[in-house]
Amino acid sequence: MLQSTEVLREKPMRIVTPTVQVRAREPSVSQEEAPPCIVASHLSAFFGDAAAVKDVSISIPQNAVTAIIGPSGCGKSTLLRCFNRMHETVPGTRVEGSVEILGSSIYGDGTSPIAVRRHVGMVFQRPTPFPTMSIRANVAAGLRVDSKSHATRGATSEIVEEALQRAGLWAEVKDQLDESAMALSGGQQQRLCIARALATRPRVILLDEPTASLDPLSTQKVEELVYDLRQTVTVVIVTHNMQQAARVSDGTAFLLMGELVEFASTRELFTAPKDPRTESYITGRFG
Amino acid sequence: MTSLPVDWLEKDRRKLRVDASAFSDKVYEALTAACALVVPALVIAIALSIFAAAWPAFAKLGLSIITTSNWDVSGGHFGAAPALFGTLVSSTVALIIATPLAIGVAIFLSEFSPSWLRQPVGFLVDLLAAIPSVVYGLWGIFVLIPLLRQHVMPFLRDTLHLGATPFFSGPAYGPSMLAAGVILAIMALPYISAVSREVLMAVPRSQREAALALGATRWEMIRDAVIPYARSGIIGGIMLGLGRALGETMAVTMVIGNRLEISASLLSPGYTMASLIANEFSEATNDLHLSALMAVGAILFIITLIVNAVARWLVWSVARRRAQ
Ligand SMILES: Nc1ncnc2c1ncn2[C@@H]1O[C@H](COP(=O)(O)OP(=O)(O)OP(=O)(O)O)[C@@H](O)[C@H]1O
Ligand SMILES: [Mg+2]
Repeated sequence: MLQSTEVLREKPMRIVTPTVQVRAREPSVSQEEAPPCIVASHLSAFFGDAAAVKDVSISIPQNAVTAIIGPSGCGKSTLLRCFNRMHETVPGTRVEGSVEILGSSIYGDGTSPIAVRRHVGMVFQRPTPFPTMSIRANVAAGLRVDSKSHATRGATSEIVEEALQRAGLWAEVKDQLDESAMALSGGQQQRLCIARALATRPRVILLDEPTASLDPLSTQKVEELVYDLRQTVTVVIVTHNMQQAARVSDGTAFLLMGELVEFASTRELFTAPKDPRTESYITGRFG
Repeated sequence: MTSLPVDWLEKDRRKLRVDASAFSDKVYEALTAACALVVPALVIAIALSIFAAAWPAFAKLGLSIITTSNWDVSGGHFGAAPALFGTLVSSTVALIIATPLAIGVAIFLSEFSPSWLRQPVGFLVDLLAAIPSVVYGLWGIFVLIPLLRQHVMPFLRDTLHLGATPFFSGPAYGPSMLAAGVILAIMALPYISAVSREVLMAVPRSQREAALALGATRWEMIRDAVIPYARSGIIGGIMLGLGRALGETMAVTMVIGNRLEISASLLSPGYTMASLIANEFSEATNDLHLSALMAVGAILFIITLIVNAVARWLVWSVARRRAQ
């Protein structure tokens, strides 16, 4: 299995458009090089009295893809949802510890969760397009809810095009922007949701098993997209699929029963795990 | 491994005789099928008998029943246009008053209210639907009408200067289209509110989270994700309320003033199709009069049937989208 992920990893990603600066980036950078983007310290998240995330401290580098892996129910989604303060939208929940994103404490006094979420995008496991809106309106939804950015019509359509381009969906939908988003396939809907999240130009984008409900071809498209996104945005991706983590991520965090067991460069974690629990998980002995 | 005693199987087989169970199945099937058939048959039979009884009037008077305003029993003129007008106007006034209130209550209960408040308030709102129509009528006569006559109507007409428009001009007697509209609003409100609350609560959490994750405030989430998703269901609820208002008889008859006249002013008395029928059926001596009342009933039947069908279709379409 380790061999196979190695092989997949060597497979080159798709060619980056010339306008974007091509950085011949070594796929696995070590965490020390890149400046941190998300710094969580002693982060715990509770549902009622039950802790789903326990005392996690992690420093997630900027403009890189970080994968979170672990068995079902280990708290991956919960940890991710602490990074944009979505966790607290569930009644009866609570967060302890602190999270800093690009130097500001998102749980600090006077920081509103609304502001945090405008800079930290999120995409869910199942595509969640707004069914009554057109494709264009879906992509612009985050702009419209931002009451302060009164973008003119022209500017909005530029942003919509750019977001769809970045999500690799522009060519497929450019002639049907005013049709319902429900007319798209599941994979297209998911890329639409990614475009919607990108349209507000977030600094961070959180993906919670974005390909879990997609077919292999759509999965591949989303993976290529995620791989390219690291040029401009910090990506944290939760995945059940270790090959996927190996293919798209620079660093991987392994979570077990709410605790962070190991966080290392993806190559290191998959080839030379330090913790025996990581090793047994990636070699498929449990989970 | 222990095997089952053979005689157990034997006994069991005797107990559950195959033909016996098949027979009782057949009985149940026939019984329930009969019930299932009786109800639609009843609806069709009622419709047919109304249309049959209305036929003489339609044949003799044609569309003049709904296009003319002269209702003169002894002269043989049966123009119910003021009643049709009154039905439509009082129901419209009711919806204009009830819809914002009902949707406001529904949004509060489904989105903002703490859960301990949701049950009791929802229950009280639903209870409005349980009050008998005649009680509303009594309340209308002794509480609502004096209130309208002494305070609300003068306020609308004089203080707000709405008397300058034809809609609030003329003397304020009390019994009026406005009184009927207000009573109907209170009666339609629980229907609109209950359906709206259901469809709002049925909006999936994933849609709410998608909006919140984009940085929407709670209100923006409701406006941009929740209400659009529930919109056709809410419209269905409004249509159900409209169906209720169109057919309501007792309370309206008690407060509308029962005057067969088309007046633009909401302060003047009016009539509705339902109250026309209720007031005249016992005095209908000649055949044409009775048939004309049946014709009015048939028209009301068709209007409410269409409104209810559209309402149900809208509510159903939301449920179906949710299932997908
Ligand atoms: N709404 C909730 N209420 C109570 N407990 C919850 C809720 N959501 C999750 N949990 C609990 O929190 C723990 C972590 O859940 P979480 O969804 O973060 O796991 P996960 O790693 O994302 O799992 P999966 O891979 O299945 O998505 C689980 O034990 C789960 O039972
Ligand atoms: Mg999860």
